[in-house]
Amino acid sequence: MRKSTVVAVLAAALMITAAGCKKKTPVATTPPPPQPTRTTEPASPTALAVRINSFTGEPRSIERGQSATLRWSVGNATDISIDQGLGSVSANGSRQVFPSQTTTYTLTAKGAGSADTRSVTIEVSSSVPPPPARTAAAKMSSAEILGRDTQDVYFDYDKNDIRADGRDTLTRDASVIKGILGADPSFMIVIEGHCDERGSEEYNLALGDRRALAVKEFLVQLGIPETNLKTISYGKERPVCTDENEACYQKNRRGHLAPAQ
Amino acid sequence: MKTKLILASFAALAAGAIFLAAQNPQIGGEIFGVGGKKPRMAVIDFRGTGDAQKYMATFNSTLWDELNNSGVLEMVGKSFYPLEVPQQPQDFKPPTQLQGLRRGDPPRTIKAGPWLTDWSEPPTSANYLAFGYTAVQDGRLLLRGFLFNVGQPDLQSADLIHKLYFGSLDDDGAKKVAREFAADILQQFGMKSLAGTKIFFVSDRTGNKEIWSMDYDGSNQKQMTFYHSISKQPVVSADGRMFAFNTLVKDSWQIMVHSAATGKKLPFYNPVSSTIETPEFTPDGKRILFSASMNGWVNICIADANGGNMTQLTRVKAAEVSPRVNPKTGRDVLFISGRSGIEQLWRMNIDGGDVEMITNGEGYVANPSWSPEGTAIAFAWTRGYEPGAFNIFVMGIADKKYVQLTSGQGKNENPWWAPDGVHLVYQSTRGRNIQIYSMLANGRNQQQLTTVGNNTQPVWANAIN
Repeated sequence: MRKSTVVAVLAAALMITAAGCKKKTPVATTPPPPQPTRTTEPASPTALAVRINSFTGEPRSIERGQSATLRWSVGNATDISIDQGLGSVSANGSRQVFPSQTTTYTLTAKGAGSADTRSVTIEVSSSVPPPPARTAAAKMSSAEILGRDTQDVYFDYDKNDIRADGRDTLTRDASVIKGILGADPSFMIVIEGHCDERGSEEYNLALGDRRALAVKEFLVQLGIPETNLKTISYGKERPVCTDENEACYQKNRRGHLAPAQ
Repeated sequence: MKTKLILASFAALAAGAIFLAAQNPQIGGEIFGVGGKKPRMAVIDFRGTGDAQKYMATFNSTLWDELNNSGVLEMVGKSFYPLEVPQQPQDFKPPTQLQGLRRGDPPRTIKAGPWLTDWSEPPTSANYLAFGYTAVQDGRLLLRGFLFNVGQPDLQSADLIHKLYFGSLDDDGAKKVAREFAADILQQFGMKSLAGTKIFFVSDRTGNKEIWSMDYDGSNQKQMTFYHSISKQPVVSADGRMFAFNTLVKDSWQIMVHSAATGKKLPFYNPVSSTIETPEFTPDGKRILFSASMNGWVNICIADANGGNMTQLTRVKAAEVSPRVNPKTGRDVLFISGRSGIEQLWRMNIDGGDVEMITNGEGYVANPSWSPEGTAIAFAWTRGYEPGAFNIFVMGIADKKYVQLTSGQGKNENPWWAPDGVHLVYQSTRGRNIQIYSMLANGRNQQQLTTVGNNTQPVWANAIN
């Protein structure tokens, strides 16, 4: 019952649409081409417009008693002047000024039928705050020492073993770290594992994790407390070199020591 | 009545050995296993009444591309078509049968106007004809779409599709009705429509790697995550409702699970580990497999969808990543392991048992992906090339026969099977930057889908059901 109603409705709908197309096949009326537009000739210029190419003051802020230099470059102007008592000036030039307080200089250029202005402000400060008190001794931070005195350890392709050269590097790095921890026992070091661009992104992330752990295990063997060491893999996300050759690949296959954030 | 007719037509199709439904793509040579014979499809240039005509260029190119890119049809070039083109079934005039001139002569057939044989006979030699027209109705674009089997003796049995489609009166509406009509046509040939499916991928176009999604043809690209860190390795649950990925949070890699519909973060408790990566949903969406650094090595684990009840599935001194669960059985897990030395493709049961190596030990293997039927796999392999020079391969899981689909055009990685089982999406360095491409599972019809920034790690998600 219901089905036949649906069929009837559908049939009716089809008949309506079919009826709508009875008038032969739909004749495609192509829209008329767009009207040709008449291009208006640009009015020929009678005179070139006045243009201030530049107007600067250096330095922008000074202490009282110091000077600043104004420089300007103007095109197509017949009458050029700067306020604050500087008067008429030539099209290109510079002038030393000694404002005693913050001053705005305005350059005005006039020519045949047009004008242009530009301003520059020189800030004058009357008193400058004193420097911070001197510390007992200028000291490098632990992070700076780590960055300066430790070296990266390098790995063979698709390997995580510490090579002979890596053992030497890490032995030197370990003594640097011991020195840092002697003065700064809570200093945290992140060991980063990196890979070259070959191999898949996901496998390299796992390999970098293993490389970082291999470095950590070696440093712990050399007496660095495990609690001062964290590891992270960057896989091939952060290469130091992007050429496609072995020299570059080798630079990227590395363990790197960084201060924890 | 109508159903019976269609069933009868289907039987005729099957008898003609061109019915593709339920046939899994065969790996090796022609992927579709149709004896090299694809149905020949003719598609008229549809015309529109009045304002509808403005959108017909869009409509006609969309319809043609959708059918042509399906890979299951042989499109008959339009230069072979008869001059008189039907726009509706009544345009066909059945031939008149006259008695033989003399007794005993066979009846004569007199052509009364355009007829099915104009299309089925040379030079067109089509098996099927898609035709119809569009018009404006109540401010909307109306499509009357027909698919006829032109090999049939009469209009009733030729009629396979006879349907109205509605869209907005603009190019988007024209695309929509063309896609819906194409999906109905492809369904007649056993193809699952890709309409509504989404491709999730990684893009660095904002300056950070974030997860993005787009439609299957590269349109509608949309940013899905906003972590301003490094987010990558997306996967989408089988129902299309959740996506998981890994993100660098402070100093460790974590897995995130988000709602695909709202973009909101869903709860997932990461175990304590420096590296957690390559998430994968089980087909029922109830569990998540992933790789985590446990006891010094990144091995494969499984947990509930919220991260609870975690178990370590593999315990080896090797890196193991990319677990991929057979979408049909839910039992077999493919994964990449370095346990034999260089990374190869392995398989195990979902409980960690019955481990076997799938690839033969040559080259480096990455990025396994199951076909929707769970009978074939796609992966990236450096077989025969330098390390890093990946290409896309597909392999039958039973016979382990493989076919190489890309070659000589940059590095090609991260293949992912489309829900229709005949397309793949993948990344390639062949052009500027790394971009995402799609192709048929036999390597043909390669098409670039992205252009902005670097775009990687595509996964083809089912439409949200």
